[in-house]
Amino acid sequence: MHPSKTFRSRNDSPRTPAATAESPAVRLTLIAVTMAFLSLFLFLPLITVFHEAFRHGVEVYLASFDDRHVRHAIRLTLLTAAICVPLNLIFGVAAAWAVTKFDFRGKSLFVTLIDLPFAVSPVIAGFVFIIIFGAHGYLGPLMERWDVQIVFAFPGIVLATTFGTVPFIARELIPLMQAQGRDEEFAAMTLGASGWRTFFKVTLPNVKWGLFYGIILCNARAMGEFGGVEVVSGNISGKTSTMTLHIQTLYFSFATVPAFAMASVLAMLALVTLVLKKRYRMVGDKKRINL
Amino acid sequence: MSIQANNISKTFGGYKALDNVSLHVPQGKLVSLLGPSGSGKTTLLRILAGLEFPDSLDQSSIRFHGEDVTAVPAGQRGVGFVFQHYALFKHMTIESNIAFGIHAKPRRLRPDKHAIRARVEELLKLIQLEGLGKRYPSELSGGQRQRVALARALAVDPKVLLLDEPFGALDAKVRKDLRRWLRTFQEQIGLTTIFVTHDQEEALELADEVVVMNNARIEQVGDPQTVYDHPASPFVIEFLGNVNRLSPGFRPNRTHKQALYVRPHDIELFPGDADAGSWALDGKVLHVFAAGNYGRVTLQRTLTGEPLEAEIPRERLRKLNLQPGDPVKIRFTHTRVFEQIDATHQELREIIETE
Ligand SMILES: Nc1ncnc2c1ncn2[C@@H]1O[C@H](COP(=O)(O)OP(=O)(O)OP(=O)(O)O)[C@@H](O)[C@H]1O
Ligand SMILES: [Mg+2]
Repeated sequence: MHPSKTFRSRNDSPRTPAATAESPAVRLTLIAVTMAFLSLFLFLPLITVFHEAFRHGVEVYLASFDDRHVRHAIRLTLLTAAICVPLNLIFGVAAAWAVTKFDFRGKSLFVTLIDLPFAVSPVIAGFVFIIIFGAHGYLGPLMERWDVQIVFAFPGIVLATTFGTVPFIARELIPLMQAQGRDEEFAAMTLGASGWRTFFKVTLPNVKWGLFYGIILCNARAMGEFGGVEVVSGNISGKTSTMTLHIQTLYFSFATVPAFAMASVLAMLALVTLVLKKRYRMVGDKKRINL
Repeated sequence: MSIQANNISKTFGGYKALDNVSLHVPQGKLVSLLGPSGSGKTTLLRILAGLEFPDSLDQSSIRFHGEDVTAVPAGQRGVGFVFQHYALFKHMTIESNIAFGIHAKPRRLRPDKHAIRARVEELLKLIQLEGLGKRYPSELSGGQRQRVALARALAVDPKVLLLDEPFGALDAKVRKDLRRWLRTFQEQIGLTTIFVTHDQEEALELADEVVVMNNARIEQVGDPQTVYDHPASPFVIEFLGNVNRLSPGFRPNRTHKQALYVRPHDIELFPGDADAGSWALDGKVLHVFAAGNYGRVTLQRTLTGEPLEAEIPRERLRKLNLQPGDPVKIRFTHTRVFEQIDATHQELREIIETE
């Protein structure tokens, strides 16, 4: 670090005397309302998760994981994320590239469609997959002939999870790549660089932090997916029960500690995601010095 | 390497950005594309570079030194392109930026490490940025970035250099310096160069030849003096240099249907009570300012209220001793009018008066 050099992001303007000079009472009330809201909806549940999980001590907590079904659920969730995140990575990068570097017909429709999974309830998406791929669905007979099972099986879980997480990476990249414009790529082209070289040496380094953030968000969401997966998977313990589904099963059978022990794993994932996100924002701001 | 572009048209979703444009740039010349915003300068330059393609590859053609490159992609045309906003690779050092094009060459054409280093050093020296190779673009000034962009383009030994408003984002002083530097540099290596600008002074001062563009078309091509002295259309005369536009039919003894144009330095002033000939107009002085050898006088024509700008030699100005509000007689020594020949053609007619 050079002490003489200060990095300042664009919106980090020098403090001016508060333009919103509200009375102290208004300010205090606003802060109090916000804090109360956050406590009620964020901190309290988070603390409760860990409190319930460790209510009977660390050993009981750890013992929760010494269970075939629990282990299977964790493995299943990891495997699902391991397939779904790369799929969305490829799709997200391709979509962002297409949207920002080319002009084509129906582009704005395409951009809107990327957001569809945010607008549609995952449960409905799950039912749609059943209607398409289920035994009595449109493609049911075809699936049977080929002897592949999608609904109530692993492929269905991947399908539902992928659907729910489609927007994350593309959404993160599109604004970033739009802000970059095409000039650097054009410059690389006139210098004789191939498409691949341009992508890996010019485009990717420019968006790597946004990409990283998109990936961790996508991953967090993939592991936390519930509604769609529940519908599609059938929630068969030890077969198609993912972490979120198994937590529900455990909880309904009064196995509170194991349920919250698993929930604590997902909560920790969320916390790690938040920390990484914060880091990304900081690094990102430094990298985005005006140019 | 000469450039020959024929019948280039380009439409963007129904909007004509280039309308059947043809252009010839002789080997080793420095040519400027001059025109107002939106006239198609960038589009034409990008088509020459291969970053954009004409609407029809059959009707249009682009030849570099006789060789048809119409369908050749940008990377294989051998053009150096400098973007208006530099487009340096932000995450690479200045050295890596400059070396990018060399590294991108196929292995068998790529020089070894030492040769690349030497080439980069040589270019850094050329753009007078020795010792700054390890910096990042964000750590350079605008003028320095601009020169890096130029060095990066030159690193691959282009046959043609295309510059899109290379000095557009810089302040007046740096602009002037860089302009002079580019001129010397271009003369030294004799690289065929086209640069885009919408600054007429820049174009007239720097270029061997000026191409004036307007509304997706080329209005006129010629060396700066010719274009300035013999503008081909009202647009060119209004766009190049200062000019006074007078409403049609301003003279009692000659009626013109078209507007007349008078350059400020083609105006003579006489005291209000002098006999300046029957064609002199009456006017009033609004403002006088003298810097250098010429003084700038803002006038108002009494009859119509039209404002006029005149450039009067300082010596003459002293003799006249004009004050704001003084009446004057105004005479035009050189007037230009464009006669409408037919629907699309106008011809320049010059009226030169000596007495
Ligand atoms: N990719 C594009 N899509 C749609 N329209 C475009 C595109 N590129 C250029 N145009 C249009 O074509 C016209 C000419 O653009 P161009 O960039 O060539 O102008 P210019 O002469 O370089 O102007 P300036 O001096 O402002 O840079 C403009 O009206 C512009 O809006
Ligand atoms: Mg332009």
